[in-house]
Order: sequence, then C-alpha cells, then structure tokens
Amino acid sequence: MFLSIENLHVSYDGIRALHGIGFGMDRGEIVCIIGANGAGKSTTLRAISRLVKAEPGTRMTFMGRDLLTFSADRVVKELGISHVPEGRRLFGNLTVLENLKLAAFARKDREKIENDLLRVFSIFPRLKERMQQKAGTLSGGEQQMLAIGRAFMSGRRLMLLDEPSMGLAPLLMKTVFDALREINREGTTILLVEQNARMALQFATRGYVLENGLLVLQGSSRELFENPEVKKAYLGG
Amino acid sequence: MVFFFQNMINALQWGSFYALIALGYSMVYSILMLFNFAHGDIFMVGAYIGFGVSTGILALTAGGAIALPNWLILVLTILFSMVLTSFVGMLVERIGYRPLRDAPRASAAITGLMIGIILETGNLALLGARRVSFPSLIQTATYNFGGVYVTNKKIMIVVVSLVLMLALDQFIRRTKWGMAIRAMAFDYLAVPLMGVSINTIARMTFAIGSALAAVAGILFGTAYPVLDPYMGVLFGWKAFVAAILGGRGSIMGACLAGFLLGFIEIFVAMIFPSTLRDLIAYSIIMLILTFRPHGFFGEPYSARLRL
Repeated sequence: MFLSIENLHVSYDGIRALHGIGFGMDRGEIVCIIGANGAGKSTTLRAISRLVKAEPGTRMTFMGRDLLTFSADRVVKELGISHVPEGRRLFGNLTVLENLKLAAFARKDREKIENDLLRVFSIFPRLKERMQQKAGTLSGGEQQMLAIGRAFMSGRRLMLLDEPSMGLAPLLMKTVFDALREINREGTTILLVEQNARMALQFATRGYVLENGLLVLQGSSRELFENPEVKKAYLGG
Repeated sequence: MVFFFQNMINALQWGSFYALIALGYSMVYSILMLFNFAHGDIFMVGAYIGFGVSTGILALTAGGAIALPNWLILVLTILFSMVLTSFVGMLVERIGYRPLRDAPRASAAITGLMIGIILETGNLALLGARRVSFPSLIQTATYNFGGVYVTNKKIMIVVVSLVLMLALDQFIRRTKWGMAIRAMAFDYLAVPLMGVSINTIARMTFAIGSALAAVAGILFGTAYPVLDPYMGVLFGWKAFVAAILGGRGSIMGACLAGFLLGFIEIFVAMIFPSTLRDLIAYSIIMLILTFRPHGFFGEPYSARLRL
C-alpha cells in the first residue's frame, strides 16, 4: 500500500483529537476526508506530515517506510510528501518566485527545478505575472494557487491539501481543482480534507467521513453522495 | 566643527561595536522570537578566542619557521576566531535553547542569563582572574584631517564593521539560505513544510551572530587591548538595547540603532561629565522607546502571533 495509516491517535494538551483512525491509499488516487469544523481533518494531515506527534500505538507507513521515524522536514525532503496547510501559510514577506524557490530548497536536481518552475507557471499563468510581487499582496485565489505551486515544487509523490476550496469564488475554485486534477494525472497522489463536501466528492474518487476524531463512513464518492446521512449532514439535505 | 567631527569619529567606532553585537540579538530574535541573553558573553568569548588565536600565531611566527606580516596575522585571527566562536554559538543553541523551543519565552531568557554566567565564570576558572592584554598587531598611526585626528585603527574598525553589515545584508537578501532565514522570521512553523530543517536554520543564525560578535570582540581588543571576563556584560546589555531600539528582528534597525547608541553616548559625554554619560544617554533612549515601543523598524506587539 502506498500510504497506510493504522490506529492514529493524536492529542493536544491531553485532549484527544483523533481516536485511532485508519485508512489507506493507492498510488495515483484522489481521496477526500470530509467532516465538520473540529472533526480532526487538519490534525490527520498534520500527523501525516509530522507536524504533530502521533501517540504510541499509531502505525503510519508511506511506500513501506515508517513515517514515525521521520521529522517534518525529512517527510518533504526524503519522501516527497507535500502539505498545503490550513490558512496556506505563505511567506508573505517573500516574493512569489522566492516562495516557489524556497519550496525546492532541499532538492538537488537543479535542471528539474527549473522545469517544475516553468510547469507551475504554465498551470497558473497568474503566478508568472505576479512573480516579483510579495506573496502577502496576492488575492485569496492567487494565494491558493501559490500554495499549491509551492507544494508542487517541494514534493510530488503525495500532496496533502487542507481545504483548497476555502475562500474561493466558484470560478476560481474550478481553476484550482482543474489544476489539481492535472497534477494528479501527472502522477501525484492527492489526499484532501474539505468542509465543502460537495466539491470534495466531485473531485475525489472515494472518501471518508470524519466525525469527532473517528472515521464513521467510507465509500466511493458516488456512494457517499447518495448516502442519506451524508446528504443530511454535509450536502445540505 | 572640528570638535564635532572628532566626536563623530569616536561615535562611529563605538557604534560599530554595538551594531555588530546587536545584529546577533536581532537575527536570533527574528527567527526564534527569543533574546539570546548570553550574546554579550559570546562577544567576550570571541575576544578571548581572538586573543588565543593571535598569540598562538605570534608564537608560531616567533619561532622563525614562518614569517607573516602583522596585518595578515590580524586577518587570520579574525577568520579563525569567527569560525571558532560560531561553534560556541551553535553549542549554546544546541544545549541551551533547542530543548526549550516550545517552552515559555521566560525559560529561554533565564537559560540565556545562566549560560552567560557560565561563560564568564568558566573563563575565570580557565584563565584566572588576571586580565589579559590583546597583542598589538597594528602600530597606531594618526592622521590629521584639517584638525580632526583619525587613527588607522578607528578607520579599520568602522570599515570592517560596515563591510560585514553589507555582506550580511546581501547574504540575507540574495542567497537561498538568507531566503530561508527571512521565511522563518515570517512563519516559523511553515518552514519544515518546505523541506527545510528549523534546527539547521537556527544553528546557522546563531553561528552568524556569534561570528559577528567575535569580530566585534577582536576589533575591540585592537582598540582597547585589556580583556576581562565581564567585558561582555555591559556591552551585551547596551547592544540588546540597540536591538530593541532598532525594532526587534530588524537587521537594518539593529545596525542603525547601534550607531545611534554610539552617537548618543559620545555626544552626551561631550556636553556632560562622563560619569553621567550612561545615565543621561539611556534616559534619552528610554524616552524614545516610550514614544516608539517597537523601535524603528519593528512591528507593534500584536502584529505577529507565534503559533
């Protein structure tokens, strides 16, 4: 299995956020985790990218390697897992170009970095126009593009996306998700968490429902779409 | 007017010391949001390492095996001492601050003060209570510019300091490592997501700050050759004030405020008896900070959250 999570427990200051969730992903998939605010979606991603500690008993492997032995920077550098975090966390004092270059900081393949940079600019032409502008001056949509571009530059085996639709107008949302689909088609596996269940299920092939730190439902996007509980709770009836 | 320029030269010299040390405070603050209160003592350690390195080289050349001109010995002393002192800085980061990365800021401050005391008393234990004299590597030459007397040492101190500040500025602005430092100053937690290790950047920042403090120590030693283990205390506090005055985390601010501190001190001493110098000078600075608590280039307190 490409990514395998078993019995993932995470606590913040003694308060449990995840109560032993488990799921797996195959290479090339697009999988979503939907759930309400505070269900533990971001925590799941943060545990995989090693930004938060998983508690003893947790097993997480990526391409056969034990994720728990990796620090956050090595997850990106050595495993090629990139994370577009909640709130995007761009470096607002750096230019768009610098943000993208910094994302490739640990990479050694110089020529490929140049190519990837051009690829990001072809996926998001807007970023090329704004290249020398400080990231802090970008609009919300442009920031999301840059956050994805940055993930594209840093690691491309697995991309973890935290609410990519957040704060985007419908038209921009389509641009962003089309770009993500293209990135996926080129070989990047995508795990996204979303409050916007409709958007997420349209984009992903299958999904999980996270409630209060537990995975309560899973299935193909179609199955989840048609599930009466999901309809009621996440799709507005 | 001649009198003014004469004092200006002195102010520039003292400002150079303060600015070089203040940079270390500011850089570390900008990325880790802590003040390394042992930094003044790193300046002292740097001066002593410079003393050790230069006496070592002099002893080697005295044997007659190799003959080096004095200016070259000074250059070598500065370079070697920068490297050695940067290791001391990295050690302080590793032992003192890294374990406290997520602890309250007060813990880090207290640790810094203790490390300072350990460095001072460690020096006492190692070298004894006697003061040591920095070898005089350059003969003082005095030039007269229309009544203003300038020594070659003062020129050297100011020029070397300015060159280092410019070099640092270019490093931060143009290199990929500098870019990582700027990024970390903006958002500490997002740095590992770029595949960059926070520890590496922290270590490098301590190394750079300590190397600059070492240069300040050696330059100080060439101008005022008597070293003692507590020389870094008052210097450290004054440079810390400069870092605050410049705006926490601002490199440009630290340099400017360092020089400003030099000016205020020297010009206060020009008007008032020198025993009142620091009293009046630092009252002025306190007044400035009352009206501008975040310094020249710093952000107001609430502007940044540490997540």
